Amino acid sequence: MSHPASTSRYFVPEPSPWPLVGSIALLLLASGAVLMMNSIANGGFVLIGGFAVLAIMLFGWFGRVIGESEGQRYNLQVDRSFRLAMAWFIFSEVMFFVAFFGALFYIRVVAIPDLASPEQAALWEGFRNVWPSAGPAAKDPFTQMHAWGIPAINTLLLLSSGVTVTWAHWGLVANKRQQLIIGLMLTILLGALFLTLQVYEYREAYSHLNLKMTTGVYGSTFFMLTGFHGFHVTLGVTMLTVILVRAMKGHFTAERHFAFEGVAWYWHFVDVVWLGLFVVIYWL
Amino acid sequence: MQATSHAGYAGNHDHDSHGHPTGWKRWVTTTNHKDIGTMYLWFSFAMFLVGGAMSLILRAELFAPGLQYVSPEFYNQMLTLHALIMVFGAIMPAFVGFANWMIPMMIGASDMAFARMNNWSFWLLPPAAILLSASIFVPGGAPGTGWTLYPPLSIQMGMGMDMAIFAVHILGMSSIMGSINIVTTILNLRTPGMTLMKMPLFCWTWLVTAFLLIASMPILAGAVTMLLTDRHFGTSFFSAAGGGDPVLFQHIFWFFGHPEVYIIALPAFGVVSHVIPAFSRKPLFGYASMVYAIAAIGLISFFVWAHHMYVTGIPLTGQLYFMYATMLIAVPTGVKVFNWVTTMWRGSLSFETPMLFALGFLVLFTIGGLTGLVLAMTAVDIQLQDTYYVVAHFHYVMVAGALFSAYAGLYFWLPKWTGHMYNEGLGKLHFWLSMIFFNIAFFPQHFLGLAGMPRRIPDYAQQFADFNVISSIGAFGFGFSQLLVLVVVIQAVKGGAKAPSRPWDGAHGLEWTVPSPAPYHTFEDPPVFNQAEAHG
Ligand code: HEM
Ligand SMILES: [Cu+2]
Repeated sequence: MSHPASTSRYFVPEPSPWPLVGSIALLLLASGAVLMMNSIANGGFVLIGGFAVLAIMLFGWFGRVIGESEGQRYNLQVDRSFRLAMAWFIFSEVMFFVAFFGALFYIRVVAIPDLASPEQAALWEGFRNVWPSAGPAAKDPFTQMHAWGIPAINTLLLLSSGVTVTWAHWGLVANKRQQLIIGLMLTILLGALFLTLQVYEYREAYSHLNLKMTTGVYGSTFFMLTGFHGFHVTLGVTMLTVILVRAMKGHFTAERHFAFEGVAWYWHFVDVVWLGLFVVIYWL
Repeated sequence: MQATSHAGYAGNHDHDSHGHPTGWKRWVTTTNHKDIGTMYLWFSFAMFLVGGAMSLILRAELFAPGLQYVSPEFYNQMLTLHALIMVFGAIMPAFVGFANWMIPMMIGASDMAFARMNNWSFWLLPPAAILLSASIFVPGGAPGTGWTLYPPLSIQMGMGMDMAIFAVHILGMSSIMGSINIVTTILNLRTPGMTLMKMPLFCWTWLVTAFLLIASMPILAGAVTMLLTDRHFGTSFFSAAGGGDPVLFQHIFWFFGHPEVYIIALPAFGVVSHVIPAFSRKPLFGYASMVYAIAAIGLISFFVWAHHMYVTGIPLTGQLYFMYATMLIAVPTGVKVFNWVTTMWRGSLSFETPMLFALGFLVLFTIGGLTGLVLAMTAVDIQLQDTYYVVAHFHYVMVAGALFSAYAGLYFWLPKWTGHMYNEGLGKLHFWLSMIFFNIAFFPQHFLGLAGMPRRIPDYAQQFADFNVISSIGAFGFGFSQLLVLVVVIQAVKGGAKAPSRPWDGAHGLEWTVPSPAPYHTFEDPPVFNQAEAHG
């Protein structure tokens, strides 16, 4: 029987040691973290060991995938699989943020008004329903993070990085390597700048605003949401860097470059999450 | 691979040889969906025995009022681990094992879309199991909060709680990767001509299940992450003093938790939708309505979570909304039960072990579903919340529902996996012992609950003694009967009557067009899909 070239042969990879290495890494990471959080001897070493094994695994596994891709072993069906998988992965990431956005919503709309309601007056005397709030037992005053300083600049940075990554993509499909590489560099630069400003913002919060993780629910939601977002930006920058190196090595063709697109989708996702954060964490 | 020429299967063997490592290396490095499915199934069974042993510790303690064997703290720890291990270690991996084995064969694909990641999904389970079980031995012991991990108790627990939190994270990664793999395989690797509405029903149930997992596991990850930071980094998500609320955890947990029960139930529906038509020798009644019912159940399951929270002080309008929304789920579920029964109507039925387990499922799952409707009524649930009625309800759904369906699938596909027929006599014995002892163990718990016996306690008032004796006897009988399945499976792996490629004359689907045992690589090229094999 004959089939179109793209579907006539499935791609099934050879046996691979990397999954097991990855599992060992996660076991070490989890054990190390548990030991450290409970101040038990040498948890830190276990944690570092976990990161080392994880790094080895990532290099080995992705190295293998890149080799297979450049070796023309992926047909169009594999390419479609990658696209589907990346889309669903980003959806799962969105749902992770939904949990934290949901928590923020609940705290502002239900928990704080409830604590300030007349029924609770006997318990928490004088507690008022205002946002930001560090809760009825808060003692230290703190200052809120304002939207129109660093956060607004960061919004501009991320939005422009969305433009530069698209411009890089145009370069790739038009076979303009130069444009691809410059576009990627600009995107990485903007991302790194964003992260630098965020670090600066956190230092401000801790040293001048008295705004900490421990500042009640405001501190909790502020640092957890922006922190997880920052972590995702870091991942995004790392992935963009890998793509940049590959682009400089001459990988990707105008027609086939899923890795680039996957990372670009991820970058846009990080961008959209930030817009949500900017509105509900800083602005409203 | 062997040369085969079966109907609907066009072999093509000009490939490089498929040498793969042998011994333990085969299993840790494998990228073969059958190997991985087998590992999932054995892991699941091992966890089932561990979780089962824990439940027998509980039932031994509950045999008589008073404290006999374990401390209340240890009871709670066993209770929590029993539930976490059964849900995440036994039932879910069992159906992932089925998915791995069967989905590629059912849709005519050579393997899962991401074979390496598939192996990782499996190999993430042992680290999680290690973390969970090791937590028994650390200072403070395993978490004793119940599987729901509610704060503030979960914030006060010792480091065992942290281990459980990381175990949940790792299990979540495994589920998400596995689900992405399944969705991609189903959407992208079907053989030409198999449209979505001609796809076997088991694949449909897994498609929706995978969606539920991808959408809900990250929510659970978020919830336990907040627990972790509340425990160690001074955040106040669940502490009223800092402006948070312990009830917030319950909302987030159950936003995951209710879809989770359908994650367990839907693949079970899928298996039964294959077994009943095969042994009725009739096509499944109402295929399209089955698909819509699955989708409806999946969707509605995200909007009913607070039926677990009627007594937390949610507003009356909330109670009413969640009551009606929950009852709405009974509609698509009713459609499914109706269709299964109608499939049997005027069929030429025979009652081999898979069919017996499917019928056991049908009857007992329906009972569990009906007690669920009882619990959905706010006014009733306020009385029954946290009583043994609830314990009875969810064991009917999870043991007699999911587990029985898994057994139906096991006996149904065992000939395809091993190439041998299993021992029908032992299989039937396994069914009848399970059926009888299950009901002895769990039916009396309805009465205990209605009489007011609370769940999650190691000791109880004298008036509950009689039913508890009965329940414990049933539990031990049920537990030991499960060892039979081990005997049956080992026998079938080792030898026995050769199974033909289609051991059940009423069974349809591409998986029955390949020889038994299925060759290591099944469809190297997409097979021809003919109408006779459609509709599972
Ligand atoms: C051998 C069969 C089983 C027996 C005898 C058994 C027995 C028990 C007992 C005695 C409890 C504690 C009740 C309490 O003190 O509140 C319990 C709780 C539970 N079981 Fe089972 N069980 C069995 C199988 C399963 C299976 C297969 C599953 C799940 C898929 C399961 C899920 C649960 C859950 C979720 C809880 C609730 C734990 C909690 O309250 O947090 N059980 N079971
Ligand atoms: Cu529910």
